[in-house]
Amino acid sequence: MSGGRIAAAFERLRGRGEKGLITFVTAGYPNLETTRSLVLAMADSGADVIELGVPFSDPLADGPVIQRASQAALNTGVTLAAILALVRELRRETGVPLVLMSYFNPILSFGPERLASAAAGAGADGLIIPDLPLEEAGPVLELADGYGLDLIPLVAPTSTPRRIAAIAAQARGFVYCVSVTGVTGARSGYSEKLAGVCRTVREHTRLPVAVGFGIAHEDQVRVLAPHADALIVGSAVIDLIQGTDKNGSVSRVGSLVVELKQLLQKL
Amino acid sequence: MLPDERGYYGAFGGRYVPETLMSALEELGQAYQSARADERFQQEIDHYLSHYVGRPSPLYFAANLSREAGGARIYLKREDLNHTGAHKINNTLGQALLARRMGKKRLIAETGAGQHGVATATAAALFGFSCTIFMGSEDVRRQALNVFRMRLLSAEVVEVAAGSKTLKDAMNEAIRDWVTNVEHTYYLIGSVAGPHPYPLMVREFQSVIGRETRRQAVRLTGGLPDYIVACVGGGSNAMGMFSEFLGETKVCLVGVEAGGLGPETGRHAATLSRGWPGVLHGSLSYLLQDVHGQVLPVHSVSAGLDYPGVGPELSYLKDSGRVLFTTATDAEALDAFRLLCRTEGILPALESAHAVAEAVKLARTLTPAASVVVNLSGRGDKDVETVAGEVRQ
Repeated sequence: MSGGRIAAAFERLRGRGEKGLITFVTAGYPNLETTRSLVLAMADSGADVIELGVPFSDPLADGPVIQRASQAALNTGVTLAAILALVRELRRETGVPLVLMSYFNPILSFGPERLASAAAGAGADGLIIPDLPLEEAGPVLELADGYGLDLIPLVAPTSTPRRIAAIAAQARGFVYCVSVTGVTGARSGYSEKLAGVCRTVREHTRLPVAVGFGIAHEDQVRVLAPHADALIVGSAVIDLIQGTDKNGSVSRVGSLVVELKQLLQKL
Repeated sequence: MLPDERGYYGAFGGRYVPETLMSALEELGQAYQSARADERFQQEIDHYLSHYVGRPSPLYFAANLSREAGGARIYLKREDLNHTGAHKINNTLGQALLARRMGKKRLIAETGAGQHGVATATAAALFGFSCTIFMGSEDVRRQALNVFRMRLLSAEVVEVAAGSKTLKDAMNEAIRDWVTNVEHTYYLIGSVAGPHPYPLMVREFQSVIGRETRRQAVRLTGGLPDYIVACVGGGSNAMGMFSEFLGETKVCLVGVEAGGLGPETGRHAATLSRGWPGVLHGSLSYLLQDVHGQVLPVHSVSAGLDYPGVGPELSYLKDSGRVLFTTATDAEALDAFRLLCRTEGILPALESAHAVAEAVKLARTLTPAASVVVNLSGRGDKDVETVAGEVRQ
């Protein structure tokens, strides 16, 4: 149940009157050793929660950047078991909340109970499963609760008020509000419905609200941050990893996190 | 059978899609239930099926093929004679009329062999929708004729170069487009796959095949067929045919999957024969995947069967034992293609040729007292280049 590292991180942010920053990397892109360095660099640079993307062959909620990263990671032979081993290693070195983001089939294949137990045992704090909507999530939610993992749900600009209420009622950790009607990836706009969606979520839960999808630029951070307790940045991180070596990507990603974090602290 | 209210056939089905699509699926489910109960909607579909598609399609006694096989009498349900050359049009007209009723302006669809793409583009031209078809670049290459037809019908054809560059990847891209444009776009799925209510809806729009076959078989032979054979990719022609006969336990139903280079080679698309349950494209069903849950590349000479998933109701029917599943290899399908050309003067689609191959095999083991119906789901004009290429090799 909540009350773990994710809740503590948001509690600290609230105490400081600050908006949080959640970052995403595809685990195993370009290799697990780089992922390890990236996570530690992001944590040191101030990321409040870090999502580790589990690569999947058919990532249908993702745009081209994460699709390519997932495929490249799969080509190196990355598996869920190897990612769990990485989580265990990371947990020895950092207290930053770690959330696994995976499509459902790799979890189904691993065994949902085995995954919940192994993820919790390795020191992960939550799960995000983009193709497991409310209606299908019951059994996984029960397992996650049982092992002390937060099953973090998504809410979209197209979600009806009735759905938002039901999703909020079984949310754990935070509520992930998708900023656009679309797939992941940097873009300039965001849905005009977002503010209303965030408000409706707050009517139904006291959990923090995080906004993500397509956030890459400073002006977006300024516009979106007032609606959220935290912003989620994914494809923009992956973009910085492409076409550079480990040291290059670690320093670039570290600087991005520092910049975004400073910006959020000033808002 | 009807699925439960969450879209499950036993353990299979459901709605495994991003939250962005869930409200659209709820809206679609309600719109479909209301259309289904509306007599005028049904009459409108019937009107287009008879005056535009040319239904009923004949049930044809293939005397020469039966003689050549040397056993049971083989009948062909001639879906190849439909307008646009395959069974796909039965479903696209129904869904396009539903989309119009829902006030949508744009149709999108995935296509493998291009038959569903052509049928969707045709419905879009007829009813005035804008239309985008997603097709893997490998299929664009091997089904060039259908790409040209879709463009003539004013559809935009988007080549998908990701992954295996075939139907699966086309469907990924169609879903991504739908996630982005869901508010004004109707996603017209061509198979009994995808999230609820698509498997139900597509089966019901295709079930005209089985209803006609029952009446025609009774008229022609005085009874129901002993065997019915259909090819299975996603499963729309098979479910359209089988659903009418599920309660007729004396009728043996046989689904034929793509055996590719041989089921033991790993280069095939025999999902039900070789896969196990998983989640792809919005439903829980048999899936060709590795031990880590990554979807495997598949192979079939026929682009329409070249798909690692299968409709959830077929998974249910496999586990219940009501439908038997077998495979035909690329080579067997090509032989059947040539055999039907030579004996009956009919060019079958390579997809349908898989069913013909099994029917001939089966007929040989039976006597002329037995009857075998083959769902000849499409015509093979689109495949002549592929067949010529295989002959040269």
